[in-house]
Amino acid sequence: MTVSALADRLPVPVAYDERAARRTLRAQIARLERELAALAPEVSPRDGIRWSIGSEAGPRLLGLGELERIRDDLAERLHEIRETLAARAAREAEQRALLERMLRDPARHRFVRVGAADVGEPGCGVWHVRPRLGLIGMLAGWWHVKLSSGCPLSRVVA
Amino acid sequence: MSTPEDGWVAEDLRAELPRLGVVTLTLPAPRGGRSPQGVRDHLDMLSVRFRGADALALRQRPIPHAYRVCFRHVGLDPDTTRVPIEAAAIERLVQGGFVSRGLLVDALTIALVETGVPLWALDADAVDGPLGLRLATAEEDLGAASGARTASAGEIVVADANGPIAPLFGEPAASHLPSSGTTRLLLFAVSVAGVPRLDVEEALWQCAEVLG
Repeated sequence: MTVSALADRLPVPVAYDERAARRTLRAQIARLERELAALAPEVSPRDGIRWSIGSEAGPRLLGLGELERIRDDLAERLHEIRETLAARAAREAEQRALLERMLRDPARHRFVRVGAADVGEPGCGVWHVRPRLGLIGMLAGWWHVKLSSGCPLSRVVA
Repeated sequence: MSTPEDGWVAEDLRAELPRLGVVTLTLPAPRGGRSPQGVRDHLDMLSVRFRGADALALRQRPIPHAYRVCFRHVGLDPDTTRVPIEAAAIERLVQGGFVSRGLLVDALTIALVETGVPLWALDADAVDGPLGLRLATAEEDLGAASGARTASAGEIVVADANGPIAPLFGEPAASHLPSSGTTRLLLFAVSVAGVPRLDVEEALWQCAEVLG
């Protein structure tokens, strides 16, 4: 087979359509933005999540590299937020299990405290295993779980 | 009062962002700067209707979401440079309500909060020809006032026949803002992919109705 015949069999190089690539990246960015938006109501300020990924000195038309950077940063941010939420859900499940054990058997969980925030509940309540009647209960082994209600009263800062 | 008109979009911009556009409406300028009681009541009603939970869910709603996506596409970070409806929501939460700031600003706020579509107002007589969107060339001034900001080359700007007036989603140049001597207003909205034309027109009509 001659060289020219071999060359005829090679695939013809396809012109790389950058515009189509940018369109695809924009669609991916839109999808990631939608997924991030869906997580927004689940995030609490205590999670300390940073949403911003930084700007590209816009408003202007972005090149392939800049769109890729935004897409990658959004994907990374989405991953971080999902990990943070999953870790918090695991922590809360652990604390809820502890609370159940405290309620079942207070004597085995003396002076253990679980806050409402620790189990993903709103408010400032705290479940606290305490002895009934103070020292007498402590000596007699009379333990129970008390739920303190409400948030601390605001105080004037000196 | 005219009907909403589409502005022009430069070819290079249209090729990349085909649904980006500008829609304008010309109307007589209102007399008097202070909002009448009815408009202030409308703002109060919106303040009551718009709460923290709504602000949280805002970015899931289709129109604010569309603007967030467009911000990303043009290199703005919507978590740093807030989309207008989110900026209004934060201001509402910080101030405890939508504060009246004069008839024109109140009308723009009402249209924004009701529809999610941001509007800007210009002095129609300061604008030369139809408005449109294009990329700025090097060192173009935004507006005619001395000390005006210079647009950077390639920046997307709202422009008329004379030159750029405002950066995309940014405040217009002081030379084109309505003043006490303004007789005609030019309202404009930036339409983006994902925002139905009906909502853009609704925003313009709402604003015009409040300015009545």
